[in-house]
Amino acid sequence: MKTIMKYVVADLIRNKVIVVYAIILAVLSFSLLSIDENPAKGLLSLLNVTLLFVPLISILFATIYYFNSIEFIELLLAQPVRRNKVLLAEYAGLTISLSLAYLLGVGLPVMIISPNLAAITLLLSGFLLTLIFTAIALLIFVLFKDKTKGIGAAIAAAMFFTLLFDGLLLIFIYSFNEYPIDKAVLGITAFNPVDLARILMLLQLDVAVLMGYSGALFKKFLGTGTGSVYVVICMLFWVLLPLLLSVRVFRKKDL
Amino acid sequence: MIHINALTKSFGSFKALDNISLNFAKGRTVSLLGPNGSGKTTLIKSILGLVIPDKGTISINDKQIGNDWQYRSHIGYMPQIGRYPENMTIGQVIKMIKDIRKDNVQYDEELITQLGVDKISSKTMRSLSGGTRQKVSACLAFLFSPGILILDEPTAGLDPLASEILKDKIIQECNKGKLVLITSHILSDLDGITNDVVYLQDGKLIFYKSVDELQHMTSETKLNKMIASVMRNEHTKTADI
Repeated sequence: MKTIMKYVVADLIRNKVIVVYAIILAVLSFSLLSIDENPAKGLLSLLNVTLLFVPLISILFATIYYFNSIEFIELLLAQPVRRNKVLLAEYAGLTISLSLAYLLGVGLPVMIISPNLAAITLLLSGFLLTLIFTAIALLIFVLFKDKTKGIGAAIAAAMFFTLLFDGLLLIFIYSFNEYPIDKAVLGITAFNPVDLARILMLLQLDVAVLMGYSGALFKKFLGTGTGSVYVVICMLFWVLLPLLLSVRVFRKKDL
Repeated sequence: MIHINALTKSFGSFKALDNISLNFAKGRTVSLLGPNGSGKTTLIKSILGLVIPDKGTISINDKQIGNDWQYRSHIGYMPQIGRYPENMTIGQVIKMIKDIRKDNVQYDEELITQLGVDKISSKTMRSLSGGTRQKVSACLAFLFSPGILILDEPTAGLDPLASEILKDKIIQECNKGKLVLITSHILSDLDGITNDVVYLQDGKLIFYKSVDELQHMTSETKLNKMIASVMRNEHTKTADI
């Protein structure tokens, strides 16, 4: 598995899209951090950039890459190697490259300009989002036979988690605002990795006003420490579940 | 060497393989023929474990392939379409496959030099033409001198010179006692290479005969004439009924 992963990474770090992605993130980070005197504000803007771009780019790029590699995956599977090893090696290679681009593009400027706990949390949430959405892309790849449908599903998934989910949650909160739904909202938030990433960051930044309803709830019920641990565990589940499902489906997939 | 028993595979309502039973012995070159969508590639992919059959069994060297994967070290596969990671060089691709098949350290690099692949090993896969990619695929299939060679449309896209080199290599390996499975639409390319012909249509086995038998039946010398003649006879037979 390590062998295949190594070569996938070697291929991807010379991929133009990955390089451009890292450069754009770096330019954005430098400019956002130097606009305002207060680095916390810059970090908040960077959080919004991360929450919007990382899921979208990760899932789209990964889906396209998986589907383009299908003939190569076939060739690898014709060699004496296990099926799940090939699949996980492709995943690992992609995740390493995409996270590397993110950690260099955002991490480097952030660590130079304002190195603190909040900055590290931002990097952690961006990194976890990359892991999650590359894993969801893998699940899409094994479930769909057709590349166009797969890309459609990837866009739909990214839109659902970045935009639609919050809308639905708001409708839920408004419709049931006369009931004690605090705990329910906490539970529902766990179903959206993007929300989880936002909360993880905001728990660190101490800007309760900006946290929104669910963020404030987290702080109230769990406090910063327990809340953060809970969020990270939820996010790790979001990595593992799609991966395990993909391996299961891939075992029986016809290529 | 390969023993296929009552193999059946459907994709939805489409029957790609319908109760196919075949035996391939070593030292033979077997051509899988048939119109598009007749199940040739599905058969090959079933042997490679890329397609999981609904029913039936496949045994290689008397060992049934189930969830086993080691058996593939006996096989060299040349796919119909070779696509590789774009930014890898030819040298890296060859090195990677060598790294994956660490169990085998005896390399057969004859094709690499004969096809001139070694001279362009620093080129990236993105910059290669379809034919050159085919050459790389061919080199990879023969690299580990496996006992079974599975070639899916090997000569499509190759220039005449390369295609002759590949054909000579196939004959040479077959004479060493290897089993070669080929699918091709270019019947003239198979003349003089193939010993046996498997003809599939709509997922069914129409016939499995040696070239000598076919020659005897049809009194033709060219493979394409033989096949055409056999198919005509089959057609009139069914029409009579």
